[in-house]
Amino acid sequence: MSAASALPETGYNFAYLDEGTKRMIRRAILKAVAVPGYQVPFAAREMPMPYGWGTGGVQVTAAILGASDVLKVIDQGADDTTNAVSIRRFFGRTAGVATTTRTCEASVIQTRHRIPETPLTEDQILVYQVPIPEPLRFLEPRETETRQLHALGEYGLMHVKLYEDIARHGHIATTYAYPVEVAGRYVMDPSPTPKFDNPKMDDCPALQLFGAGREKRIYAVPPYTRVRSLDFEDHPFRVQSFDRPCALCGAADVYLDEVVLDDAGGRMFVCSDTDHCEARRAAGHAGEQAA
Amino acid sequence: MTGEITGEMTGVSGPLLDVRGLTKRYGPRRACDGVGFTLHPGEVLAVVGESGSGKSTLLGLIAGEIAADAGTVSYRMRDGVTRELAALGAAERRALMRTDWGFVRQDATQGLRMAVSAGGNVGERLMGVGARHYGRIRAEALDWLARVEIDADRVDDPPTRFSGGMRQRLQIARNLVTAPRLVLMDEPTSGLDVSVQARLLDTIRGLVAELGLAVIIVTHDLAVARLLSHRVLVMRGGRVIETGLTDQVLDDPQAAYTQLLVASVLTA
Amino acid sequence: MNPVLAFDDVGKSFTLHLRGGVTLPVIAAASFTVDPGECVVLGGASGAGKSSLLKMAYGNYRCARGAIRVRDGDRVVDVATAEPREILALRRRVVAYVSQFLRVIPRVGARAVVEAAGIEGGLTAEAARTRAADLLARLALPERLWELPPATFSGGEQQRVNIARGLIAERPLLLLDEPTASLDAGNRAAVVELIRERRAAGAAILGIFHDADVREAVATRIVDVAGFRPAAAA
Repeated sequence: MSAASALPETGYNFAYLDEGTKRMIRRAILKAVAVPGYQVPFAAREMPMPYGWGTGGVQVTAAILGASDVLKVIDQGADDTTNAVSIRRFFGRTAGVATTTRTCEASVIQTRHRIPETPLTEDQILVYQVPIPEPLRFLEPRETETRQLHALGEYGLMHVKLYEDIARHGHIATTYAYPVEVAGRYVMDPSPTPKFDNPKMDDCPALQLFGAGREKRIYAVPPYTRVRSLDFEDHPFRVQSFDRPCALCGAADVYLDEVVLDDAGGRMFVCSDTDHCEARRAAGHAGEQAA
Repeated sequence: MTGEITGEMTGVSGPLLDVRGLTKRYGPRRACDGVGFTLHPGEVLAVVGESGSGKSTLLGLIAGEIAADAGTVSYRMRDGVTRELAALGAAERRALMRTDWGFVRQDATQGLRMAVSAGGNVGERLMGVGARHYGRIRAEALDWLARVEIDADRVDDPPTRFSGGMRQRLQIARNLVTAPRLVLMDEPTSGLDVSVQARLLDTIRGLVAELGLAVIIVTHDLAVARLLSHRVLVMRGGRVIETGLTDQVLDDPQAAYTQLLVASVLTA
Repeated sequence: MNPVLAFDDVGKSFTLHLRGGVTLPVIAAASFTVDPGECVVLGGASGAGKSSLLKMAYGNYRCARGAIRVRDGDRVVDVATAEPREILALRRRVVAYVSQFLRVIPRVGARAVVEAAGIEGGLTAEAARTRAADLLARLALPERLWELPPATFSGGEQQRVNIARGLIAERPLLLLDEPTASLDAGNRAAVVELIRERRAAGAAILGIFHDADVREAVATRIVDVAGFRPAAAA
């Protein structure tokens, strides 16, 4: 690959998808925004990347991206993983839009797993890559039946899943894809984000869009929408807590990743959100391992 | 005498369930042909007949799982108002089915969630009607497991690890936890060993009497009908051949077919 | 006095479809009444339809014609045309039937079988328990058998459970189909005493007793069913 490959490609429509497809996806998005948490079917296209690499999120991003947008892509909170780098380059080449790793500079953020630690604003859109959009799938394999359950708001089954967790583990052991109720109506799977991020979805100023490529579904949480994590009265929803701050920037109350340092069992806990960590260090914060 | 049915004749409250002219055709064959009856609170009705007689179809029609070609099913709701089930919205009908009605299936895998623990199976209906306190849901589940004679230490086991008899007991607990007034049972004891069957029938008999349940039980086994039911409906070829008090129909059968059925029973 | 039980022109025949539809006439026209405090014993040869009359009164056999009126408080129910529910209500409140054979319920102990009949007949659980024990003791059923299911009992033991079951709720109408058939002299005497007590308490009793001594001891009147036979009527 030459250096020229970083330049915008020719022969493609802006942001890869043709305008007709984008209109179709935008219509699905509008419907999803109008009915918060409801899974809107859409005619997902083949994308030049395999399923599981964010084809749903990429199509949503392609449909909403404009020439003046600034795009940030994160995978597990990091901007520099293979998946994040390829998607950022994909849009750099097919749309020529500016890209960034800074949360505060981005107008569109595509994510797998994490919601940035920096609070989002009304001027931002968060696009989630979703592998399995149906929260009831675990207990009810029939699509016809899950649709009925959503339509009639019969969500007892969702609590059966949480009941099973407590019966087996003594507490609700679901830590990822923890089900939420959106705007007091639909129950939604927030994709594989850690439940640590669930409270950030609630009353969030930014628009949140969810795209599932393989299952061809789009759903949304409009700005300032109530998002409530399901729980039991005697087992209330709780986020994970970490018993130490970030080793690099000293941040507490953030989601940490465990990093193995050497073969001798050395390890440290650092911010999962790399941008947040770098920004704090640039501002002079330091953790115990800061060099 | 025409006009209003008096309380004297019907009991104070009138029938719980009123089935009229239920008909279902599959091509030229009539699986169910103009079947009608009423059922009062606390009454146990056995529907007997050989396989293919239409008795399971009748149960499916009553539960609204099979669409009828003709006929009506009316039910007196908990607010005392009798409503035709076909006129209920999907939400209302489903809510009725998982609170005030129960359905114990012949095949337990159709009536249970096989991947969910026994406690979760019993608790589902409670959570379905809004129970959100884990401790209380579990306590209720344990209480019901005890009532159907399943050991408390099996509460976290999935039904895949249960014997056939235990699965049926679990189905019963799962259905009765919301105190339904009407329970449909489709051959609940068939396919079980005789001793297991006897124990299960005893449990059912006890619970039905204790809770004052109205029950429609479909069975090909006349002994089951005699043990559990007040009234019996004999079906053949989709039609009701004979109906009446259970011991009367079994001890003094009038129709040729009923006489044949009764005469075909092996006595130990 | 108002009869508790009144047969009015009752006829009964059996059509045997499995034997080419042959019809066996059993009773052509039976009319008689049983008053409170009476013990009417049906007389006549065996096979004359005595058991059938009892079974019709209980609603166990259907009537081909006529009416069988049973008094339930200030109402009168015609068993021949009553709905199953009404017959079941009569069995709970008015009529007790003691047959020669106990229909065994699996897994339920003898005392519990008797108690259940008492509770169904309106006794409190406490009263049913006391009275069941009292009856089983008077009928000399060994106490070690009380908690066992009667399926394993001898004929005589089963019959005593059956009698206790029929008498516990003290209903106004007793139908007794040879309750002493397989009992020894001592137990027969105990049954006779129980029947006389119920009669003295005002129960109306209709019974079949082949044993002449028992019949003598309990009957206030004999009704010969020969007069109801189709041949006699013809």
